[in-house]
Amino acid sequence: MTDFLRLDLPALLAAILAGGTCGLLGSFLVLRRQSLLGDALSHAILPGIVVGFALTGLRSAGPMLLGALGAALLATLAIGWVKRLARLETGAATGLVFTGFFAAGLVLLEISGARSADLDVDCVLFGQLETLVWLEATGLSSLFDPAALAGLPRQLGLLAAVAVVAGLVVALCWRPLQLLAFDPDFAASLGMRVGRWEVGLNLLIAGAAVAAFESVGSILVVAMLVCPAVALRLMTDRYRIQVLGGAALGAALGALGVLLAGPLPAALGLAVSLNAAGLIGTLSGLAVALCLVFRTRRFGAARPALAETPLA
Amino acid sequence: MRPFRPPSADFQGAHERMGMIGHNTLIVLLGCAALGAASGVVGAFALLRGRALLADAIGHAALPGVVAASLIVAAFGGPARSLGPLLLGAALSAWLGLLALRALTASGRIRQDAAIGVVLSGFYALGTVGLSIAQAMPNAAQAGLSHFILGQAATLTEGDAMLAGGLALACIGVVAVLFQPLRALCFDEAFARSQGLPVRWLDLALLALLLAVCVAGLPAVGLLLVVALLIVPAAAARLVTQGLPAMLALAGALGAAAGAAGALISTRFENIPTGAAVVLAGLVGFGAAVAWSRR
Amino acid sequence: MTPPFSIEGLNVSYAGRPALTDVTWVASPGLTAILGPNGAGKSTLFKAALGLIPCDSGQARFFGESLDQARSRVAYLPQRASVDWDFPASALDVVAMARLPRMRWWGSVPRAEREAARAALDSVGLSDFADRQIGRLSGGQQQRVFLARALAQEADLFLMDEPLAAVDAVTEQTILAVLHALAEEGKTVLMVHHDLSLITAHFDHVLILAGHVVAAGPVAEAFTDAAISAAFGGLPGRA
Repeated sequence: MTDFLRLDLPALLAAILAGGTCGLLGSFLVLRRQSLLGDALSHAILPGIVVGFALTGLRSAGPMLLGALGAALLATLAIGWVKRLARLETGAATGLVFTGFFAAGLVLLEISGARSADLDVDCVLFGQLETLVWLEATGLSSLFDPAALAGLPRQLGLLAAVAVVAGLVVALCWRPLQLLAFDPDFAASLGMRVGRWEVGLNLLIAGAAVAAFESVGSILVVAMLVCPAVALRLMTDRYRIQVLGGAALGAALGALGVLLAGPLPAALGLAVSLNAAGLIGTLSGLAVALCLVFRTRRFGAARPALAETPLA
Repeated sequence: MRPFRPPSADFQGAHERMGMIGHNTLIVLLGCAALGAASGVVGAFALLRGRALLADAIGHAALPGVVAASLIVAAFGGPARSLGPLLLGAALSAWLGLLALRALTASGRIRQDAAIGVVLSGFYALGTVGLSIAQAMPNAAQAGLSHFILGQAATLTEGDAMLAGGLALACIGVVAVLFQPLRALCFDEAFARSQGLPVRWLDLALLALLLAVCVAGLPAVGLLLVVALLIVPAAAARLVTQGLPAMLALAGALGAAAGAAGALISTRFENIPTGAAVVLAGLVGFGAAVAWSRR
Repeated sequence: MTPPFSIEGLNVSYAGRPALTDVTWVASPGLTAILGPNGAGKSTLFKAALGLIPCDSGQARFFGESLDQARSRVAYLPQRASVDWDFPASALDVVAMARLPRMRWWGSVPRAEREAARAALDSVGLSDFADRQIGRLSGGQQQRVFLARALAQEADLFLMDEPLAAVDAVTEQTILAVLHALAEEGKTVLMVHHDLSLITAHFDHVLILAGHVVAAGPVAEAFTDAAISAAFGGLPGRA
């Protein structure tokens, strides 16, 4: 039990929080037909994270979070500029901006000397769930001991904070968010300041991406943002189930990935642990595949669309 | 049980073992330039056809194939670093990714950008799981695999550069042959169809070209950033040229310049991944194009 | 009496090309059809007046006030294609969205609002379809859901963008009946219409656009062959 608390619990909690938060917010991206933005934000925050980390040299989450949010805003602006100045379509402009930001982040990572134990290329590419440990735990009682709890990895604090904020925002703004996702023009005609809501939502997503990034890395954040939401989209026509189900599935996939990363290879006779973040992403992809198969069985190969929906 | 050890712990090690970068730098630069040129040219068509982002999916989806190929080759006792099988694995896995993409969008429920997100992250995740398995393998099969993620021109051998460069030039050749039909396809699909052009086959050919160019670019530019090489030179060229031949020429030139510049920077500064250097070099060209268009 | 809607000197351009030039117009209560060829700026007129797209110059007044002041009296029915009909919402959910200004942002929909939404669905003949996901409705039914949503806003001025486009006969009749009922209550309906049929039979006024105002006024006066030729460039046929 003590081993579990010290070595496995932090990663498990981090995965559940990251998966749940991203799964919750991801539904809004998918419903608003903006999954690409999730991809973009996850990549674009990297330079902000590096700058925040390098400038302050602190191990605290604040500067990184601020840097990431700043980068997210800058990237959103940049996409608009590129669309206008270079007369590019949204998709190409987004791709250009987020790869540029990501590349800049990688370069900054190297030259800023942030290649320390806390933040390096491997963290970006593969996550570092395995490095989350709670050495202060001595037993179940540690869960109620503030002194021991203070030793929990820093990443958990940020994850928990973002999870709470995201949960509150979605709960308290349930109906406006639904309207915003469905018909922003109508929402605007009702007097809703659609532009501000969109910025706020994007910042929230960027915050979730930063919090999750430290655990699962940049690319796998995309998996958590998109896969649970897509899986739910394939299975349900009810808004409440889509949104809450996405959160639940994301959390479950996170937990499953961490729990299997150790035991699974042992069962196969391999003397290694699998990359937990990678396993979470793989399971997420598998979940989508399963839902696709299930849906195809139920409805046939292609459901005839009664109304034309324009493609991206 | 060994915990997962991030691959780039071997980054420096493999690099030092190479030791040959000095005298084949020119070949590597030329190879990267060829890659850049092919990416620019194919990317131009992809951009016009609205398919440039598929390169993102293709790049990420290639990872499990690279890892699997390396493991298979090592299991048969072959040379783990041989580029050919790795690229083949990349191509197969990326092609599977494209099939998965099509299956998702065929559901009628999932739009293409969401499907791309699922495929790129899911396949990439599978690749990282594969990497952690490869680490446990007795020989150094996984050494250098992580270079495919961000690109590392400095570790390319002459043979690698020639293989990738040759593949790139072959792509340009195919584009030259299919130039007229591709042009018709991009500018007016309905007209092309009415002229009896096999639109579906042309689209498949373009997709195959995209796949080939992305795969060829993996060792140099890396799978994460290869999409930028397809978008940036083409976007810059489109902004300042009139007419397709000029756009293709400029996109190829800008791509070649970005490829060579990135490779050069990355050989000088070894801890900067080539992919990042190439993207940033390309963006400089893009910025110049924007400035030029507004003068 | 203050006109329900008026615009003055409206100029709108897209990417440097003018979409609407110097449009000045005053609406009257009752049913007004807004006509014109493709690209004439009909949808643009609504979007600019509602602040959904920027305009170069001009002013729109709603019952003599700005949009923000009169917002609760204005309902907008956009084109059907602007929405993703796969969205997980039932017909009732969509109509209930119109009641958002009257509801809390969380919790279950209050009974009063739910009843109002059902009543609106009733008036367009869709009470049996309240719980059906909108993607499973026919095009005409989807259009009626949009109309019900607009009705649920209990507005005095309705801006409708091509509500009769590509709908079946039943839907067309239902919508026209609802519009007449609104007119009888003294409300104002401005409707962008995609062709020239039904005008003389159902509408009181017309506004004919072709990037600028070609003709405006009561149907008998403004809906003339000359005006139509000027706008459409000699296209045949009117009903």
